[in-house]
Amino acid sequence: MGFFLETLFGGLMAGMLYSLVALGFVLIYKASGVFNFAQGAMVLFAALAMARFAEWFPKWFGFESLLLANLLAFIAAMAMMVVLAWAIERLCLSKLVNQEGITLLMATLGIAYFLDGFGQTLFGSDIYSINVGMPKDPAFILEGMFEGGVMVSKEDLVAAVIAALLVIVLALFFQKTKTGRALRAVADDHQAAQSIGIPLNTIWVIVWSVAGFAALIAGIIWGSKLGVQFTLSLVALKALPVVILGGLTSVPGAIIGGLIIGVGEKLSEIYIGPMLGGGIEIWFAYVLALGFLLVRPQGLFGEKIIDRV
Amino acid sequence: MLYRENGQFKTSYAADQQIFPILQDRWAIGLLLLVAFVAMPLLGSEYFFRAILIPFLILALAALGLNILVGYCGQISLGTGAFMAVGAYAAYNFMVRIDGMPLIVAMLLGGLAATVIGVLFGIPSLRIKGLYLAVATLAAQFFTDWAFLRIGWFTNHSTSGSVSVANLNVFGIPIESPVSKYLFCLVVVCVFALMAKNLTRSAIGRQWMAIRDMDVAAAVIGIRPVYAKLTAFAVSSFIVGVAGVLWAFVYLGAWEPAAFSIDRSFQLLFMVIIGGLGSISGAFLGAAFMVLLPVVLDQLPHWLGIPISTATVSHLVHMIFGALIVFFLIVEPHGLAKLWSVGKQKMRLWPFPH
Repeated sequence: MGFFLETLFGGLMAGMLYSLVALGFVLIYKASGVFNFAQGAMVLFAALAMARFAEWFPKWFGFESLLLANLLAFIAAMAMMVVLAWAIERLCLSKLVNQEGITLLMATLGIAYFLDGFGQTLFGSDIYSINVGMPKDPAFILEGMFEGGVMVSKEDLVAAVIAALLVIVLALFFQKTKTGRALRAVADDHQAAQSIGIPLNTIWVIVWSVAGFAALIAGIIWGSKLGVQFTLSLVALKALPVVILGGLTSVPGAIIGGLIIGVGEKLSEIYIGPMLGGGIEIWFAYVLALGFLLVRPQGLFGEKIIDRV
Repeated sequence: MLYRENGQFKTSYAADQQIFPILQDRWAIGLLLLVAFVAMPLLGSEYFFRAILIPFLILALAALGLNILVGYCGQISLGTGAFMAVGAYAAYNFMVRIDGMPLIVAMLLGGLAATVIGVLFGIPSLRIKGLYLAVATLAAQFFTDWAFLRIGWFTNHSTSGSVSVANLNVFGIPIESPVSKYLFCLVVVCVFALMAKNLTRSAIGRQWMAIRDMDVAAAVIGIRPVYAKLTAFAVSSFIVGVAGVLWAFVYLGAWEPAAFSIDRSFQLLFMVIIGGLGSISGAFLGAAFMVLLPVVLDQLPHWLGIPISTATVSHLVHMIFGALIVFFLIVEPHGLAKLWSVGKQKMRLWPFPH
């Protein structure tokens, strides 16, 4: 039982991290109808920027404080993500308005290639580390209930808390601020939003910046866990089943979907994996999502798809 | 002046329905085939065959198959690499396990195996649509990646995980030299291109296009979505499977599952989109573009004499590649085939456009 709970907790926390990446997908899809394959590349780019700036700033300006370096690097990386969002909107999306979904999807794949190359040309392609002072040692909880307690990684716990905080902040931003209201209006109906004077282009830049922010947070957490390297951009492939499971248009869907996929993946690896020879995590997530989709084609929380002739 | 159909009257239904109704087009395609079958084998260098023509032909075939699914039937698939892999490994197993299995039969059986898997993963398309389906097809990709890596039976328990074939021959003629490999691929590609072209002009092709344009409306006028979608998956994955066999047997010779990774699927989808959705010539144009671009980009600093490290080059290639794709999508979202047809339309009026 203790082992089962341990796996469960591990899965839940991994799921939180998937949701972080999935959030970026959902935000952009909601506001602009673009299925953003470049989200993984954005995570890598943001993490690279963060890691390298934190390394470079102390050298350039001659200070020692880790906190200051991280803070400045965070601001610089965020600024880069905003510039990136602006450039993507200006140079690419605004020229592809009204194209079919698949063309936009391919365009974001092009952006992903570009970003992968650009980030590694700019920041180098070795393995870098991000040190934001995440605790590395494991902790034991529920020691009273089971012998030896349940081991959880403190790092994962902190990451899950940060992810939860991010979701709350985003929810507040969407529900309580004027910009958030405009974003929701655009998501509801582009033309109606435009006709009452909401500038679509600005909104898209903001949405891509917010997705960039989510990518930066995800990049920092994943980066400090696994190291910043090219494989980081592959977390997007882990987040895709989360997105379709939860529904492309639903923020809570991304969270719940992430938890389901995270738990499903870990439990399947432990309990079904040995029967099939292991390593089933990656496709199991997709098959799980496929199973849910067969019952609900629009994902758990997605908007109902209504076909009209 | 040179290219117009004035005075070319059709006097029979057969003449009216031929693939190339304009005389000049027939001359052009005849010339193209002549160049491909006669001039190329005489003039091409070994490098040219190995690095450009053979991959171009095989990837064009795969893009052709994918185009039937994505371009004609409107079902986005990100799992093409998986179907190529199924074809390749199935044909490998037929070759290894059955003595004296001819290459062509193994190739077709590989295609059939890919068809079965393709239809299996196509079944969700009856319920799941659009981007949801696109992501769901990734399940096929990751599942086959895993299966061919982990299940020893498929690779005949090869310890390194990589498998190889040798001594290929067709009707006793060995397929070893680059020229013979090229000619073999060319024949297969021509046959399949002709069949695909005719399929898309037939009743089933029209059904696919109706489903693509609006599936509910198509169902209302009496087209069975189940039949149309699943046949599109079947035909598409058969062609893709055959292309997978060629890629593995003829081009690579020895391969491992990484040869059919998700990057391959994306590459093929790029070919289809850049070449032009819903067009046979688009598959060829897209394949030519995507095969030539990396070769040119790789060689470019060498030609210009700029000394930069290979790592930087590969990153720059990534950047330019991505930027060019976005550029092409912006300039011509309907692909190179559309540019080609616009050019032909202009030619018909030239030199008196009014």
